[in-house]
Amino acid sequence: MTTDYKKPLPYIHDETRTYWEGAKNHELLIRKCRACGAYHYYPRDLCPSCFSFDVDWVRASGRGIVYSFTVCHRPARGFEEDVPYNIAIIELEEGIRMMSTVVGCPNADIRIGMPVEVVFDDLTVDVTLPKFRPVDS
Amino acid sequence: MGALTKKAAIVGVAESDLGYTPNKTFLQLIAQATKRALDDAGLTIHDIDGFFSAGWTTMESMMVAEYLGIRPSYSDNTMPGGAAFEFHVQHAAAAISAGLCDTALICYAETRLSDRKKGIAMNFTAGSPQEPEEQFDVPYGLWVPIPVYALSAQRHMYQYGTTSEQLAEIAVAARKWASLNPVATMRDALSIDDVLASPMMSTPLHLRDCCLVSDGGGAVIITAAERAKDLRKQPVWVLGCGESHTHRSIAAMPDLTVTPARYSGERAFRMAGLGPSDIDLLELYDSFTITVLLQLEDLGFCPKGEGGRFVEGQRLAPNGTCPVNTGGGGLSYIHTGMFGIFLLIEAARQLRGECAGRQVRGVKTALCNGIGGNLASSGTVILGVD
Repeated sequence: MTTDYKKPLPYIHDETRTYWEGAKNHELLIRKCRACGAYHYYPRDLCPSCFSFDVDWVRASGRGIVYSFTVCHRPARGFEEDVPYNIAIIELEEGIRMMSTVVGCPNADIRIGMPVEVVFDDLTVDVTLPKFRPVDS
Repeated sequence: MGALTKKAAIVGVAESDLGYTPNKTFLQLIAQATKRALDDAGLTIHDIDGFFSAGWTTMESMMVAEYLGIRPSYSDNTMPGGAAFEFHVQHAAAAISAGLCDTALICYAETRLSDRKKGIAMNFTAGSPQEPEEQFDVPYGLWVPIPVYALSAQRHMYQYGTTSEQLAEIAVAARKWASLNPVATMRDALSIDDVLASPMMSTPLHLRDCCLVSDGGGAVIITAAERAKDLRKQPVWVLGCGESHTHRSIAAMPDLTVTPARYSGERAFRMAGLGPSDIDLLELYDSFTITVLLQLEDLGFCPKGEGGRFVEGQRLAPNGTCPVNTGGGGLSYIHTGMFGIFLLIEAARQLRGECAGRQVRGVKTALCNGIGGNLASSGTVILGVD
C-alpha cells in the first residue's frame, strides 16, 4: 500500500460507498433486485432491469470468466509506466459484467473464456480495487 | 411511405478546410463550411430557421449560432458522439414535417490535430467524477477510444474467428478510395501487410486500424420537400431514418459484437420501405476497422459473424461489389472527432454524381450510418435521388 498513488481513483459517494467498503474488506458486493431478482453492475439505487428501487447488497461468489480483454500499448494518464498492461471485462458467475484487469499471469496468456477469481489490490488507505486472477478450470 | 419519407431533402453540403488548420478556430471552420453549404444550395443565412449543432464546448450550439448570427426558431443540440449528425437529420426532417421549421442547418467542426500539437487538447478520458465510467472503469486504465473498440474486436474474433487480416481489408479499401479523393489526408498505397506491420495500439487493433486525427468540419442544409425542388442542386431525399443507443460505458454494452445499428437500421429500412439489397452505396462510420465490420452485420448486409469473410477480396474498395466510404473514410480521408457529418456530405455528392474519379455509377440510394460514444449510439439515414 502506497500513499503516493498516482493513478486515477474513484470518486466514492453514498450510492456506491457500500461497494467500496466491501472491497476494503476484500468482499465483492453487488446489487440484486428484490422485485425481479436481477443482478446489476455498476451498483445503483435502482434496478435497471425493472426500475424497482428495492435493491439489496449481496456478496458475489467472486468467480467468473474473461468476457473480453485488450492489452493497451498506449497508456491512460497515470499508467505510463505500466505499458503494456491489460484491461478486461469480467463476466461474473451471477451473469453481470464489470471492468477490471487480469493479474497473476502474463498478458500473452490471457484468453477469453478463461476462468478467474477476484483478488483485492489495496491501492490506498481508502481504496481497494477488485482485480481477477486465473484459476484452474 | 414512412412517416418522414421524402418530407425533406438535403440541398446543400460542404466541408470546411480540412486536415491541419492551425490558424483557424473551430468557429471559423464552422462558418466556412456553412457559407459553402449555403452557396451549394443557393440559399442565404437568412433562410435558416432550424439549427442543429453538436460539439464538446459548453453550450456550444448557442455559441455557434451567436457566432453565425442565427436566431433559430427550432434548435437541437443532440449529442450522441460521432452519430450526432445522423440523429440531427431525423430530427430536422421531423421538425420540418411538423412545420416547426422550414430550412435547417446542421454544422460542426473541431481542431483536434492543431490542439494536440499546441498542447491544448481536451482530455476526453477525464469526465465528471460522478460519471460511472470514471468511478468503475478509469481506475483500471481504460481510456477512450482505442481500447474500447479493441475490446469489441477481440470478442468478435473469439466468437466468429474474425482475423486481423480481415480487419486490414477494410483499411486497405478505405485507402484505395482516398487515393481517388483530392482532399483526402492519406493517399499513398497501403497493403494488408502494411496494416499488420503498423504499431500495435491496443490488441488486436494496429495503428492503421484506427482513424486519423484531423482538423475540420462540415455543414449540411436540409429543407422542406416543396422548397427543395426549386433550388440549385438536385434534391437528395431523406427516405428513412432511425436512431438508438444501448449503453454508455463499454462494460455495459449488452453484447460487445452488436451495435445499436441493428435497431436504428431496422427503423430506417422500415421507414424507407427498403432493404439492404436496395442500397447502392454505404457510408459507414469508420472510427476503427472493427466499427465498419460490425455495422455491415448489424445493418443486414451480411449475417452476424460473417463480416470478416464479407470484406475479404476488397469487396468494399473501388470496383468492389459493395462500395463503402467512397471518400476514404475516417481511416484515410479525414477524422475530426465526430465523422458523422462527412458521411452525409459524401453520400449527397455521390447521389448528385459530383465525385469525378471516385464516382460510383448509377447511384440512386445511399445509406449513412453514424456510430458514437463507445459503440453506444447509432443513427441511420437512407438517402435517395429521383
